[in-house]
Amino acid sequence: MKNSISETPLLEVKRLQKYFHAKQNNGARGGEILKAVDDISFTLRAGEALGLVGESGCGKSTTARAVLRLVEPDAGDVFYKGIDMLKLCPEEMRFLRKEMQIIFQDPLAALNPKRRIRDILSEPFIIHGVTDMDFRQKSIAGLLQKTGLSEDQLARFPHEFSGGQLQRIGIARALALNPRLIVADEPVSALDVSIQAQIVNLLSDLKENEGIAFLFISHDMGVVEHFCDRVAVMYLGKIVEMATAQSLYAKPRHPYTLALMAAVPSLRDEVQVQKVITGEAMDTTVFAKGCAFQARCPIKEKQCEDISPTLKEIAPGHSVACHLSE
Amino acid sequence: MHSDELQVKNLKVAFSSPQGDLIAVNGISFQIEKGETLALVGESGCGKTVSALSILRLIPEPPGKVLGGEIFLSDRDLLRLSPKEMRDLRGNDIAMIFQDPLASLNPVLTIGEQIIETLLRHTKISRSEATKRTEELLRRVEIPSPSQKMKNYPHQLSGGMRQRVMIAMALSCSPKILIADEPTTALDVLIQLQILDLLKQLKEETGMSILLITHDLGVVRAVAQRVLVMYAGDIVEVSPMHALMKTPLHPYTQGLIESLPSQSASKNRARLPAIPGVVPSLGQRPGGCPFHPRCAKVESRCREKFPELKELEPGRWARCFVAERGR
Repeated sequence: MKNSISETPLLEVKRLQKYFHAKQNNGARGGEILKAVDDISFTLRAGEALGLVGESGCGKSTTARAVLRLVEPDAGDVFYKGIDMLKLCPEEMRFLRKEMQIIFQDPLAALNPKRRIRDILSEPFIIHGVTDMDFRQKSIAGLLQKTGLSEDQLARFPHEFSGGQLQRIGIARALALNPRLIVADEPVSALDVSIQAQIVNLLSDLKENEGIAFLFISHDMGVVEHFCDRVAVMYLGKIVEMATAQSLYAKPRHPYTLALMAAVPSLRDEVQVQKVITGEAMDTTVFAKGCAFQARCPIKEKQCEDISPTLKEIAPGHSVACHLSE
Repeated sequence: MHSDELQVKNLKVAFSSPQGDLIAVNGISFQIEKGETLALVGESGCGKTVSALSILRLIPEPPGKVLGGEIFLSDRDLLRLSPKEMRDLRGNDIAMIFQDPLASLNPVLTIGEQIIETLLRHTKISRSEATKRTEELLRRVEIPSPSQKMKNYPHQLSGGMRQRVMIAMALSCSPKILIADEPTTALDVLIQLQILDLLKQLKEETGMSILLITHDLGVVRAVAQRVLVMYAGDIVEVSPMHALMKTPLHPYTQGLIESLPSQSASKNRARLPAIPGVVPSLGQRPGGCPFHPRCAKVESRCREKFPELKELEPGRWARCFVAERGR
């Protein structure tokens, strides 16, 4: 299964940065600066799934959007197949976007309620100038088959479907133009438990069989462990730990990663220790210096208040940003 | 018998539609004991929220209607109370918190004002006393610097803080029963743990009972003592929590636990053991056992006969022919 991952990166993100400038109470500029994405670097190869995990507001969605230039990054580089994406004009960008698609958390909100499934699935072809009706029909039939939908559902409207089926339609639409990269932003969080597993299995098939690369955003550590090859844990705009899923789950090093994992207990163990981490991840402006996690960290030391830790490789393919992990 | 705080008997709730009455809750019976946390688990549309709302008589009528049953709180049948009696009971005896606290709080009143209002409505205390009580309540739900936070509007607080405010409001009249409908679903995992911990702690302190509605077995694992599993309007399994997690009796419960990627049995598998198909919509309830089209252990009689909820082990009930035979 790991053989399908190619060696050269499909996507290379270097020192990506996106700050938001909050307005002051009177509406003027110059309020607080929110560092949503703060110096993020990673690579993604074809057929590989990189999980981005963290609490809401940690910048995982903004990172994914900045990579696709759905929000313009302030600084950094994004290379897709070696092409510097941030230098492309809108016309070139639109052409390249065929290969990059996004799946959202709430499929009902992502689909036009006034259009039939047939129209929703035809639209990507129309936008990208595929006028051959025969080809379009065949492609749509192929999409339905891949995503476990049936032809008689084409004439129906989104509200007639359940959440799981809507997510299948969202995935079918994303697959229409043969993407190489799919950003999946909490694709199963809104689904029922019994349906989640079906959709995760479908995405696994696409990864294995079609060699599609996934940037998989989730707060569910269990789903991420199952689906992703590598995982980046984000806290307040920064990656605090990045490793292969195997290595991360076998030996998490950052206290924040440990806390996230402890929050997903095993159902079957009789006794278990759940450590409650106090406090909340609030705005990044709170700490002028030192580690961003210091206020909630159970093992904090003096140096954490002064020096902000950088991401260091401590084992092959396993990087951590924590003074105390060495 | 008398340790039962609340007793629901044969509750049947339907929604009228052009196709006739659609049964959302199909004659369910259960009781909550004093100081117990009972979890009501199931997927969307299984009737868990409708059951809870019926207890508080909050089902919009029409289109909803309670077709039959009894709900006893002490000696009173809630379904026979007048609207005025019901208004006094809500908040006082039974309080409820919801999934989305932002939607439940008034956006143009400070949170302090909203709790004070609740106190003045339900108790005979002065405004200054109510203000003091409010500060105490906020401190009790571990909101930092409560006297300042009282002056905040809901949008100025984080999701976790808002849910704490909702809990403070629910506790304001010391209810016997707290109904919590997906109280942590909208929260981050670490905040979820904090809120569940707080609920557990408050339950210990006050001795109230909690009816916890959730789809998340991890949440059940963290706080519940007993679990009811619902499917398509029926209770399919009743069990103490640890026993349910260890040896689920009903194939549906088994499927729910197996399909979780975080559970050890399914780790390192290429594919997750998913339950096939979808939850039937109201009005498309299959005959026989409603779970039979999705069941891995289906037999011919499951298609024809509706199984009864039977006690298979002391304190453990399941509605399944296959589970019955396995005993």
